[in-house]
Order: sequence, then structure tokens, then C-alpha cells
Amino acid sequence: MALTDDNKQVLDFNLQLERQDTSFPMLQVLNNDGEIVDEDALKRADLSDDQLVELMKQMVFSRTLHERSSKLAKQGRLGFYAPTIGEEASQIASNYAFDKGDWLFPGYRDIPQLVMKGWPIYKAFLWSRGHYEGNEFEDVNGWMPQIIIGAQYVEAAGAALGLKKRGLPNVAYAYTGDGGTSQGDFYEGMNFAGAYKAPAVFFSQNNEYAISTPRTLQTCASHLAAKGWAAGLPSLVVDGMDPIAMYLAAKEARQWAIDGNGPVFIETITNRLGPHSMSGDDPLRYRTQDEIDAWTKKEPLIRFRKYLESRDLWSEDIENDWIDVVNSQIDDGVKEADGIAKQKISDFIEQTLEVPGQAAQEQINKFRGEGK
Amino acid sequence: MAKKTYIQAITEAQDLALANDENVLIFGEDVGKNGGVFRATDGLQEKYGEDRVFNTPLAESGIGGMAIGLTTQNYRPIMEIQFFGFVYEVMDSIAGQMARGRFRFHGTRKFPIVVRSPYGGGTKTPEMHADSLEGLMAQTPGLRVVMPATPEDAKGLLLSAVESDDPVIFLENLRLYRSIRGEVPEGYYTTPLDKAKVVREGNDATIITYGGMVHTSLAAAEELAKEGIDVEVVDLRTVSPLDLDTIGQSVEKTGRVVVAQEAQRQAGIGAMVMSEISERFIMSLKAPIGRVAAPDSVYPFALAENEWLPKEDDIIEKVKEVVNFD
Ligand SMILES: Cc1ncc(C[n+]2csc(CCOP(=O)(O)OP(=O)(O)O)c2C)c(N)n1
Ligand SMILES: [Mg+2]
Repeated sequence: MALTDDNKQVLDFNLQLERQDTSFPMLQVLNNDGEIVDEDALKRADLSDDQLVELMKQMVFSRTLHERSSKLAKQGRLGFYAPTIGEEASQIASNYAFDKGDWLFPGYRDIPQLVMKGWPIYKAFLWSRGHYEGNEFEDVNGWMPQIIIGAQYVEAAGAALGLKKRGLPNVAYAYTGDGGTSQGDFYEGMNFAGAYKAPAVFFSQNNEYAISTPRTLQTCASHLAAKGWAAGLPSLVVDGMDPIAMYLAAKEARQWAIDGNGPVFIETITNRLGPHSMSGDDPLRYRTQDEIDAWTKKEPLIRFRKYLESRDLWSEDIENDWIDVVNSQIDDGVKEADGIAKQKISDFIEQTLEVPGQAAQEQINKFRGEGK
Repeated sequence: MAKKTYIQAITEAQDLALANDENVLIFGEDVGKNGGVFRATDGLQEKYGEDRVFNTPLAESGIGGMAIGLTTQNYRPIMEIQFFGFVYEVMDSIAGQMARGRFRFHGTRKFPIVVRSPYGGGTKTPEMHADSLEGLMAQTPGLRVVMPATPEDAKGLLLSAVESDDPVIFLENLRLYRSIRGEVPEGYYTTPLDKAKVVREGNDATIITYGGMVHTSLAAAEELAKEGIDVEVVDLRTVSPLDLDTIGQSVEKTGRVVVAQEAQRQAGIGAMVMSEISERFIMSLKAPIGRVAAPDSVYPFALAENEWLPKEDDIIEKVKEVVNFD
């Protein structure tokens, strides 16, 4: 006796795994060698020459900020710093598809996107050092870099629901890592946004490691994108080293959300070419130099530079001039951060509640009296 | 006896626990190859294999729930929470489930789980990492909350925690990890989970403290000695349940008390100690109890942590106030 076709499929566990495995082809427009592999996709991205150059400038900005931040961290002139090298397309080219009015919910590694949204460099430095002026967010539609992994997803869902209720033509977008996809909040955020068809775009930057833990130990899902499906979201795998693919995916996801179709999930395939942070992480304890070298060949600046040069839009001189400009902006940022007054203990107490309790008020008075 | 750092003592205790009982498992974020972000489990995966020492996916609630589930198969989990500031992610497993487990199963199940985690400030970690949340734990019936101050105690208390059939929250002071060394006896030994320790004897006043503040208090006591004030220092070691006998003996001896904690005034353990003293030993007091604690704000940003945390001078000043009261 034969099973019905449906029953056969339901009971064929191998088939299910195979389907999962083959359901997420990777979006790529620009390959490792800087060649366009899909002309139609390039057209669909619809980036003008000026935009291409602007995007490259932002990515070079990010790389320069990374290099300077790493040095400052080594000199003890920054506090916490999570390197961004290798993730410029994943971070910057996705961010480039969003509007100033959209709300950004970043993780601790997503400093460059916040700076692109208008968070001043000196505030990023102050945030890193641990100074409250770094956390002032008056003119930026964004959230401070999230430390509690996954929390940005649920918060983005709420922001997206709010935008929808207000009838605003904007989305909320959030970034976490591959490790972040293991948190309950990750699923809850996508699920809530999906349930309310709230305009959100969720990114998981799969850079293969969560500190020392490889992506393979996070989940047995074939792709992180499969987790977006669990919440009913269109879920894309994108070459996170390809700025054009990243921009295209983010742009279309944003439009889909704005059109009222609900949230989208995007897994970016990228790599963390540096240490997890500058606070004592040694990648060679848990990964090989060969592995890092192999990924370095795929990094986004190499291929984007090649492509733009082939179109006469970019050159070494342009890049060097731009790096000089960025460096002087960073110098100014360091100077400004260095000049900020010390934090006051009385301020800490005062900012804890709108109206301090009696004991707290006594403490405020005491510290103020001591000039602290 | 060899001098070891606080973190070496913790690694050694886990090594011995794994060797002593095949039911002991260690898991958490990055505890495997990397040996944890502070290297507290350095070399243990290599020595005992991935079956017994393993990384988890990045989810504290998963770590806590898994620990509870593993007890059904008679495992004795040592689960690591990378920083205790992330404990909120696993609060249900800890406070909702394992703390209530024995009670709800009417004693038919045991929860021999150790939750190891670094706490405290002064090491300039990013936001939300540093915190002193022992008060939350101590206010939860069903948990033992242990906060060693020395390498010797860290090792002995951790081995006791592993042997305990109750869930133990084992809080390791971040600042102490590599800043102090002390004599650590060789081999397997346990230190009782229900005994405070008089770490300095004195007659004029008692400082009751725990964790990182034990060292600050001892330093303050040395300074005060130079001025002729003879201070006793009690290290609580286990902050819940409290060893009221040891506290009482010292209070009766000196009649003047300062409690010192790193946590905010409204948090921590100080208030509990003060209320017990007021209830039980008020007739022995010659002065109101003094309190040294951090201010009542949210845990501060890294750059100001050291200024915000209570200091030796704060303790000295408070002890003098209490000693000079009449
Ligand atoms: C709730 C919580 N648990 C643990 C940590 C400690 N931690 C910081 S980064 C990190 C790994 C994150 O990996 P992933 O999500 O892949 O992001 P990546 O750092 O690779 O960008 C961990 C475990 C944290 N910040 N928050
Ligand atoms: Mg990662």
C-alpha cells in the first residue's frame, strides 16, 4: 500500500531538510572580483553614479573610522570598541537604503550606521568611553547601540508599530549578529512585527562568529533566514560583502514594508575580519589565520573599488584625498570628546528618576556640595 | 601553599569538580575553546572533552532552562552567565523556576545547579555589563547567594556550591579576578556555605561586608588602626541566607557597626543586615548602624565608575562617625 503524496512528503524528514537547504539562494550582484554578475539586478538597484560614489565614500569612512578606533582603543583612548572591518557592505550599504526619518535600532557593532544617520563622531567616542553625553540622542531617529543582544529586535517591532499607527511613511530597522538569532527576543521581535504587519526590516549580520562561538554552534537551521520564515516573514540571504546586493535587498525590503506588507528579514553573509572587540579577544584561540585570510579576499572595499575604477568613478587619489578628509573629521571628534567635562555623580542620581526620592535627593545635595 | 589569583582558584575548583564527579557539566557562552571571556574555564574543554564542557547558543534563558532540564538526568550543571548584568534574560529560569523547584515539587526533586557569573564594577566594561544585582537574588527565597572575596574562599565555596543540592548563585567580583592573589590550599576542599568569616579581629567597631568591598574594608581598617581605632571586619561570604550568629557575636563584641557594600544604597545586602541587627541585637548597639554604599542611581557609565563606587575613605569616615557617637 502506498502513502498519499502529501503523507509521503510529510513523513519524509530528509526531504524537509533538503528543502530548507535549497530554499535560500544568495543574492549577489557584484562578485569577489568586482564584476557584475547580474546586470538586471544592477538596474533594479538603480544607483546613479553619484550615489555609487557616495556609497563608496561612506564605506571608506567606515573603514577609516575602524582603523582609527582600533588604534585609539589600543592606546586606551577609547573604551569598548567592536571592530567593523569587513562588514562595511553589510552595515553601510544596507543603511544607505533607508531614509533619515526611518528609525535605526543598532547593536554595539553598528556605530557606523549611527554616524551616517547623524550621530556625531565625538558622541560615538564618548559612548565608547562610557560618558553620558555619548548617549544623548536628540536629533537622530535612532537608538543607542544595544548591548543586550536581541533587545533591539523587539524594540524595533514596537517602533514599527508606532510608525504604522501614526500613518508615517517610515520604517524601523534593526541589526543583530548571527549569535543574536539565538535569543528569544530575536524571534519575538520578528513575530510581533509580523503579527501586526508593522513596517520593520530586520538584519542579522552573519559574520560567522559570536565572540568565539561559530555560527554552526548557534543553530542547526541551514540558514538563519529560515528563522524569518518561522515568523512568516519574507526572508532573504544576501552577499554581505557585496554593497550593491545589500543596497538592493534593503531598498526592496523597505519598500515592501512601507507598502503595508509587513516586515522582512535579511541575513547578510559577511565576516568579522578583526577580533570581537579590543578588550582582550584573541581570534586565534578559536579560528585559524587561513580562514581569516580567505575571507579577507572577499571583503567589500576590494570589489567595490575595482568596480568603480572600471567605470572611472574612483581612483587611488580620490580615495586618499577622502581618507584625509575623514581623518581630520575623526581628529576633530577626538578633540571634542577629550574636551567634554567629567560626569557628575549628582547628575547620575538626578537622572535616575524624574522626581528623585528623599534619600536620593539627600545624596544629590551632598555630592553637589562636594562639586561632584 | 601556592599563591594564586582569584580566577585561577575558580578554574581550579571547576577542574576538581569535573574530576570528582562525572555528573558535573560546564556550559555557557564561549566557555569551550575560548575558556570564557575571562578564561575562568581555560583548558577545561581540552581536558574533559566537549561532552562535559561546551559552548551554548547565545541565549541566557536557554542556558538556565537547559540546566534545569539536565537535573532530571542527575547532572549537576555549572552554568556560566557571561556577565551578571545579563541576568534579567534568565530571571525566570533562576527566580521563577529553579528557586521554587524544591518547594513546588514538595521536595521530590533537587536543583543542584551553580550559576557562576562575574559582577561588580571598576573594570570599565561597556554599559549594562557591570552591576551589583545580588540584592535581587538574595530577595528570592530558594536560592543560596555566594560571593567570595578571596582565592581560597572562591575555590572552597565553589566546590561546596557544586556539592549543594540547592541552586547556588555564585558571584565573582570582576575587579578581583586578576587584581588579588592569595594562598590557596592544594587539592579538594570545601568551605561551608552558611558561615561568615571574621577576617580581621578588633574591638572598637565592626565592618560587615562582602565581595570586593572586603578588601576595601580591610585597607580602611589598617588606616584606622594607625589612628588607634581597632576594627573588626566580617566577610559574609554567603549573602543569603545570612550567618546571623557570626554577625551577632561581632556586634555584641564591639557594639558599633558599619555595613559596606558596592551596590547602590537601595540595593545589595546592607539593608538586610541592618534590619537583622536592629531586630536581634539592638540592645548591644552603642551607636546607630552606619552604612557605606554606592549612590542610588542606575549603574554608571564606565568613565565614572571608580568615582561612583564606595571607597576606602568613605568607610574610614563612616567608622569614625560610628566610633565617635555617644
Ligand atoms: C544578552 C547578552 N548576552 C551576552 C552578551 C555578551 N556578548 C557580547 S557580544 C556577544 C556575541 C555576539 O555575537 P553576534 O550576535 O554574532 O554579533 P557579532 O558580535 O558577531 O557582531 C556576546 C555573547 C551580551 N552583550 N548580551
Ligand atoms: Mg557574529
